[in-house]
Amino acid sequence: MMKSLPITIDSVRKAYGSYVALDDVSLDIQAGEFLTLLGPSGSGKTTLLMALAGFVRPDRGKLLLGDRDITRLAPNKRDIGIVFQNYALFPHMNVLANVEYPLALRKTPKAEARRRALDALARVKLDGLAERDIAALSGGQRQRVALARAIVFEPRVMLMDEPLSALDKNLRETMQYEIRRLHDDLGITTIYVTHDQREALIMSDRVAVMNSGRIQQIDTPQQIYDRPSTRFVAEFMGEANIVAPGAARRIDGADASRETLMIRAESFHLDAKIVGRDGVALEGTLRAKAFRGENWLLTLALDAGQEILVCIPAALASGCAELATGQRVTAYAPAAKVHAIPGAVA
Amino acid sequence: MLEAYPDNRLARVLLWSFCALVLAFLMLPTLVVVPLSFSASDLLEFPPRAYSLRWYENFFGSATWMAGLRTSLILGTLTATLAVPLALLACISINRLGGRTALAIQGALLTPSIVPGILLAIGLFFVLAAQRLVGTLFGVLVGHVVLAIPVACIVLLPALARFDWNQVQAARSLGANWARAIGGIIVPQLQISLLSATLMAFLTSLDESVISIFVASGQNSTLPKLMFLSLRDQIDPTIAAISTLWTVIVLVAVLIVSFRQKS
Repeated sequence: MMKSLPITIDSVRKAYGSYVALDDVSLDIQAGEFLTLLGPSGSGKTTLLMALAGFVRPDRGKLLLGDRDITRLAPNKRDIGIVFQNYALFPHMNVLANVEYPLALRKTPKAEARRRALDALARVKLDGLAERDIAALSGGQRQRVALARAIVFEPRVMLMDEPLSALDKNLRETMQYEIRRLHDDLGITTIYVTHDQREALIMSDRVAVMNSGRIQQIDTPQQIYDRPSTRFVAEFMGEANIVAPGAARRIDGADASRETLMIRAESFHLDAKIVGRDGVALEGTLRAKAFRGENWLLTLALDAGQEILVCIPAALASGCAELATGQRVTAYAPAAKVHAIPGAVA
Repeated sequence: MLEAYPDNRLARVLLWSFCALVLAFLMLPTLVVVPLSFSASDLLEFPPRAYSLRWYENFFGSATWMAGLRTSLILGTLTATLAVPLALLACISINRLGGRTALAIQGALLTPSIVPGILLAIGLFFVLAAQRLVGTLFGVLVGHVVLAIPVACIVLLPALARFDWNQVQAARSLGANWARAIGGIIVPQLQISLLSATLMAFLTSLDESVISIFVASGQNSTLPKLMFLSLRDQIDPTIAAISTLWTVIVLVAVLIVSFRQKS
């Protein structure tokens, strides 16, 4: 187990001309935590990661690694392992030389460097490929070499910049679990950047959703998904319906909420009895229906004109096949899945 | 180009003949010198009536010519060793900086290869005179380095543009300082371009005469300067012998570099 460190990001700002990439970002990351920076491109997540790595100098604010101020420290003195999006392996060295490189820089004795490099390669399941050329590796193998090279010198923090974006879907899912397992084995503080919300939910202890250079919300994956604090977060995280105040009625007839509501498409049922009397009902005309294998996706036009998406698991959707467009349909959602977004306007 | 007209034999024949003519036009003036250098006559005559190696003997036996050869080879080597690292660093900055500033710097760096050599030589003469460096080997070296940097940059800039800068960032994050990142990651991968740049810088210095005429003094005279002076004083086939040797040296150097590029 390596000794990992907490990270403190304190009011960091970075502007390129009039474009503000980071707008007073503050964030505390605990030692050993797996935190994901999630956001669309241009949201500032990579800029923040590069500031931690030392390749972007903040205009203002402080970066602390443990209690050490690293804001102005050279990248080579930070002891941070980085996995780049395109892996950035050294093509003129073989796999072993790539992994031994950080140890050679630290003047680790040859025999020990070899042992540690082979150990790191074994950790990422690349035993036996040590003598291969980089050009002879597949995308997934390159990814593993990049991981081995980033952990071999036992950094106290690991940064990953969309490391899986170049891999195909199946391999990406395998690597998500493997990276998380590697994190759990090593206990190393990890900051992971992605624009893929599923990846963020699957891998992280906490997710920080970024947009326009600001952190919109930082919370556990479940909270981020079920209790988004802004409309942006709600819509970025999945099929979210933002329902205007007054459009939904309570099943038991009590006064409905006066706030803007967020209801995920998959929270709906077509049977009021499953939902409970404190749930809400939304009635509209069926505009479209699509069978997506594991579920049906219905588009309802509410009477106020707004359209909502209703996702019914295929296992529970007896009757969906018979629904005809133009038909009146009522969708019910349990109270626990109805989330009021403070201050949001639908 | 040829594949575009696979059936048109006439077009192919015409194209090949035209290319052959162009090559002949480019090569003949150089090749004419070769038989001249083996002439037995005191005069430059073509075709020579008799053949001998006397002008080669004359060249290798002359202390002046040998001093010129030594100066030129030393100067060429020093020029390449100074100009190529400087050009590499400049190109890295230009590559990283980007935008208008980089364009301006690139323009400034390339100026010496655009400005007429005579202007550069006159300017350099006054600058060196102020520093009391006229007539020194160092003075000529400064001039040649200034001329060789743009040549090396032209070779190195496109190579750097293709280079994946993330590798340098990766090396830095793994603990490499700037010097080690450049030496261990960039240089080995740009080996071939650096070799070409070195050859080009070396040849630039070897071939240069105007700055040498203005700045070099008697004992520091380069071979091209001595050749110009001897052409002015008396024309004899020694010049042809030197030119032939020169061509062979350059040809060998270029062949070595291109063979290394292939392997």
